[in-house]
Amino acid sequence: MRWFWIDRFTQFESGRSATAVKNVSLAEGHLHDHFPGAPLMPNSLVIEGLAQTGGLLAAEHNDFEERVVLAKVAKARFHFSATPGDTLVYQVTIDDIHKDGAIVSGTSHVGPRLQAEVQLVFAHLSESVAGSKSLFDPASLLAMLKLLGVFEVGRDSQGKPLNVPASLLAAAGNQA
Amino acid sequence: MAATKEEVYTKVQGALVDALGVDEEEVTPEARLVGDLGAESIDFLDIVFRLEKAFDIKIPRGELFPEDILTNAQYVQNGRVTPEGLKQLEARMPFADLTNFSANPVVQDFGNLLTVQDMCRYVETKVGA
Repeated sequence: MRWFWIDRFTQFESGRSATAVKNVSLAEGHLHDHFPGAPLMPNSLVIEGLAQTGGLLAAEHNDFEERVVLAKVAKARFHFSATPGDTLVYQVTIDDIHKDGAIVSGTSHVGPRLQAEVQLVFAHLSESVAGSKSLFDPASLLAMLKLLGVFEVGRDSQGKPLNVPASLLAAAGNQA
Repeated sequence: MAATKEEVYTKVQGALVDALGVDEEEVTPEARLVGDLGAESIDFLDIVFRLEKAFDIKIPRGELFPEDILTNAQYVQNGRVTPEGLKQLEARMPFADLTNFSANPVVQDFGNLLTVQDMCRYVETKVGA
């Protein structure tokens, strides 16, 4: 199973904000258990999608060199449940980014309707906790970022097209 | 202009309300962050972020919550902070009242020491209130 809870980025501005979409589909096996005859997108997976959107945005700020993990859901409010056929639009903004982590606010909309609001706290795992290994191997990370369209829609802080960080490209290349 | 103590208190209260999801009325000066407000270890990272932003200060890791001392075998023996460790804590945390903790310095109880007032005193040292 692949743990993708967003389908594609549609906007990505380095260090500031990002938007991603998640299409909810009856082809997702878990919806047939949640619940039989009444499929509802689990709100925990909405949080996960928002965390993937915000986590990649926060990680890009440091050229994907920090181990960014979701440390805490500071706030989560849901207004209704998404169902198959809905397109969830996840918008996140970085409230604050530090050496040790970041605070990110996010919303989920279906069309004009506000579906969820969250505030998430991300931590940068230190070497003493995580060892010297990255959370992702560089080639897989780069493939994932490309798959999600980060470099297609991404803009750097000056508004120019976002490039793959040289360090990530080198690490991924060395591995290939 | 330096912030007044009231301003510090109001902003600390706001940071704790946001970080811990508690009501404003619960955040009294005497309230203990862990015991009364339900803070968990990860909340301290959140609180540090919010205090840094609210006061435009930098809080070095370990300054507000000296985890390095509490995990150092030199200062902790059999789950208790040694006299040498207590001296280190007092030097590092002049903003906290360690009297009760010193009487029975069980590491497990340390997390329950800090009060809202301690946080305010700590911030006051940073902003010169």
